[in-house]
Amino acid sequence: MHRIAVVGGGTGGTVLANRLAKELRSEIDAGEVEVRLITDDPDHVYKPTFLYVPFGKKTVDDAKRPIADLLDRRVTLEIDEVAGVDTEAKKLQFADGSLLAYDQLVLATGATLEPEAVPGLAEGGHHFYGPDGAERLRDALAEFTEGHLVLSVVGVPHMCPAAPVEFVLMADAWLRERGLREDVELTYTYPINRAHGLESIADWATDLFEERDINLETFFNVESVDPDAELIETVEGRELDYDLLVAIPPHAGSDFVVDAGLGEDGWVDVDRNTLEATNAEDVYAIGDVADVPTSKAGSVAHYEAGVVADRIASRARGLPPTATFDGKTVCFLEAGMDEATFVEFSYGEEPYVREPSKPLHWAKLGYNESYWLTARGLL
Amino acid sequence: MTEPQLDTDVTIDSRGASCPGPLMDLIGKVKTLDPGAVVELQTSTRNSTTDVPEWLDEAGHELLEIEEHDDYWSIYLEVS
Repeated sequence: MHRIAVVGGGTGGTVLANRLAKELRSEIDAGEVEVRLITDDPDHVYKPTFLYVPFGKKTVDDAKRPIADLLDRRVTLEIDEVAGVDTEAKKLQFADGSLLAYDQLVLATGATLEPEAVPGLAEGGHHFYGPDGAERLRDALAEFTEGHLVLSVVGVPHMCPAAPVEFVLMADAWLRERGLREDVELTYTYPINRAHGLESIADWATDLFEERDINLETFFNVESVDPDAELIETVEGRELDYDLLVAIPPHAGSDFVVDAGLGEDGWVDVDRNTLEATNAEDVYAIGDVADVPTSKAGSVAHYEAGVVADRIASRARGLPPTATFDGKTVCFLEAGMDEATFVEFSYGEEPYVREPSKPLHWAKLGYNESYWLTARGLL
Repeated sequence: MTEPQLDTDVTIDSRGASCPGPLMDLIGKVKTLDPGAVVELQTSTRNSTTDVPEWLDEAGHELLEIEEHDDYWSIYLEVS
């Protein structure tokens, strides 16, 4: 029996397990291969939905479905928490101390939010990167009729690099629709010397911000937030007042990645093309937890999952793996409440940003609805 | 290539990271250091040789030297 263990039930883990079940169906049916997916959450969550929750366009329930409903019946599902991995003995350790041996392991454990890493941020700031945060922000926005709304990108790298730009453009349009825009000052801050890590997106966003009267602050690295004074202080020695702070919190990888020696900072060190761990045999990482030079985005996890499924299936059959990941990333970007654009790029490429349009906005909404087919490995 | 003549307190190896990774690694580390600490940032991203000095100027830290190696740069700075 060749045992394939996948840890994590997000986009990467789910797509991968379903692809493996399809590619290795004969071997699984014959009892020669086992594909086991281990996740601590019985629900699969489609996080891009949370961007729409603050504006009342989606609910947090729209973002989740039972993972059991999405997995091929050939995948063995285990709801449990992985506490450690011994890559020498090739065993996973669970929170209760029990062990599970594997022949090939894929880590797809994602990223976690760490607002508490910045003093005052958890108390003073809102975010839309999780269900509770998105609902709190929805309530705060509903009551916000005037003042200074600041969108501050505090942590880099973070999930969905497009989302902060999208949020501020959507907020602008949403406030205009409600007749409140003239009473609200909007500011967007970013840690480096432009509005986004990718230059073409930064240039595109900067022009739109100017056109829509959105302030842009760059080289803005938040050191602390004073929730009582409603004040942000930066590493560069600047201060910014706010009435409503929406922040992209710092992100972290997994402690067990550090403990297992797979990556010093919680992200797994991998070969960027094969996605094989640098420090261990027969271990792969995909999605946000993999340290590759592209975005932490669902499309990356999706394409990586296809590559790793091919490589693992080849190994399970005793063949040399040949599939490689070229960094392919695809993102829709909302440019308001009824228009969007679209970018596509690979390692080392600068994306071309198309003129925003209504059809692209509808395409994004359509993709969001059909995402569940992606999770099942069908798209 | 001559060895640098600077005594460094901290070396940040950001080789292989794409822009703006090296700058973000530096910003994250500088926050934890005392004034006077000398840092070497190793980066294989050419943009860092302009972005990092610009940020140092913005944040008030001192650029000491940029040294070019075969496939990466060492940027030396002193925390103010």
